[in-house]
Amino acid sequence: MSLTTQDVQKIARLARLAMDDTEIAAARAQLSGIFELIAEMQAVDTSGIEPMSHAQELSQRLRQDVVTEPNQREAFQAIAPQVEGGLYLVPQVIE
Amino acid sequence: MKWEIVIGLEVHTQLSTHTKIFSGASTAFGAEPNTQADAVSIALPGVLPVLNQGAVERAIKFGLAVGAHIAPRSVFARKNYFYPDLPKGYQISQMDLPVVGQGALTIQVEPLSGPSTGSGLKPYEKTVRIIRAHLEEDAGKSVHGATQNLTGIDLNRAGTPLLEIVSEPDMRSAAEAVAYAKALHTVVRWIGICDGNMQEGSFRCDVNVSVRRPGEPLGTRREIKNLNSFKFMQQAIDFEVQWQIDTLESGGKIQQATILFNPDTGETRSMRSKEDAHDYRYFPDPDLLPLDITPAMIEAVRATLPELPQAKRERYTHEFGLSAYDAASLTSSREMAEFFDASVTMVGAANAKLAANWLIGEVSAQLNRDGLDIAKCPISAAQFGGMLARIADGTISNSGAKEVFRALWSEGGTADAIIDAKGLKQVSDSGAIEQIVADVMAANADKVAEYRSGKDKLFGFFVGAAMKASQGKANPAQLNEVLKQKLAG
Repeated sequence: MSLTTQDVQKIARLARLAMDDTEIAAARAQLSGIFELIAEMQAVDTSGIEPMSHAQELSQRLRQDVVTEPNQREAFQAIAPQVEGGLYLVPQVIE
Repeated sequence: MKWEIVIGLEVHTQLSTHTKIFSGASTAFGAEPNTQADAVSIALPGVLPVLNQGAVERAIKFGLAVGAHIAPRSVFARKNYFYPDLPKGYQISQMDLPVVGQGALTIQVEPLSGPSTGSGLKPYEKTVRIIRAHLEEDAGKSVHGATQNLTGIDLNRAGTPLLEIVSEPDMRSAAEAVAYAKALHTVVRWIGICDGNMQEGSFRCDVNVSVRRPGEPLGTRREIKNLNSFKFMQQAIDFEVQWQIDTLESGGKIQQATILFNPDTGETRSMRSKEDAHDYRYFPDPDLLPLDITPAMIEAVRATLPELPQAKRERYTHEFGLSAYDAASLTSSREMAEFFDASVTMVGAANAKLAANWLIGEVSAQLNRDGLDIAKCPISAAQFGGMLARIADGTISNSGAKEVFRALWSEGGTADAIIDAKGLKQVSDSGAIEQIVADVMAANADKVAEYRSGKDKLFGFFVGAAMKASQGKANPAQLNEVLKQKLAG
């Protein structure tokens, strides 16, 4: 399977990546290579094999519902670009 | 030709855990901004999510309450989108393998007035199918307008566990949608997995609405987001349905869209959204292993499940002979049902109807007047049961009981002490009642003669006079009996 330039531009936009034409072309070649590998794997007969959602055959460990995290706002906000009244400030969001 | 309305709901319930779904930060409501936003909530690089057992147990509990299949293995997935209240750039949710599978909820529909009113005007029962319920994390909150050209972000809510409950498009009117939302609201509070506080956003409804000609395929739907009151839900659906019908009848087409309801204007409007806003690129989250739920875990949760509203309603109608309306009123909340159960334990099943009448009548009215919930009722079930017992054994009349009730409400104490102190014990001694009747008849010999010559209406006069003579304490049933007998001559 080969990706079009438009496909790559869309993927870049969804990932909020600014890419110029040279980078798009390079990414298109690399991504197409990955999709070719996937196509090769799709050709393998996997009937009768249970799909896995994780590489390891383990299950999720559960945590007790007990508060363990103290308030560290001051430490976290010391490295934030802009804060006010305890809020992190970001460029205005308009919906 | 008529239009058929098709509605499905997605409800986000905040689970009542102490901590977040993937970290040990507190979920208490109303804390100072970002004081409960730990390293996981703010997505510091290098942190890993660890699943909260309390959230899993609550999801199982819900699944059992709606008779759903609990997935022995479910998987968490990343839902990718960019928004400042979601610092990771993705929400951890569930896609292909949710924790709760297909279930159902029986609802009692009270038809409402409005353009989308359902069939007939009588209350009826209906079963709504639930497609799935999945665990996910909540996002933070954006605070607009605090500073010029900037948005404030509070991540206290980020990572709060949510159970998103998705119904089939089984509802056919605003009334049914509201009844379903209310029934779900009752169930999640009943089993204690969500506080149901709609003002604080603990129970948020997204409503999918479409219309079609009966028998035709489903129409294009529009999704009304984030309704946080049942009243707004009804108004929003009514407006939206009318808008869709008007659009189609004037030759227009419905475009799939996400819309918002404005309570001030009563109108719905489309949200501005980019063409690829819904390209979430879900994939299994490599930070989380599959969630295995063993039969032992399910049984442990089942053991904590209280008797559910539907089972109680059936028991009340079958065992106690209550009407469907009474049974529904008594199961409007778990506290109400437990109050009723406790009073019936005191006075016996034979007096269940008496208990129900008082609870739905006098007690509810008084609670409404004082703006109280049954959980805050100043009269305990024991005090209430004590009063009912005295009505049942004929110690006090209905009017005497009302006086006892008022005293219990404002001053407390026991029914027996109040009956003694206020002298409310009704006279049931047949000798005493016969004497009163004889006195009244002697004092009104002319009226006795008129009655005996056919003026039946005078019976009421004698009842009044005798009751007055007894200072309101005569047992009314007994008094009637004696009067009838003596007046007959």
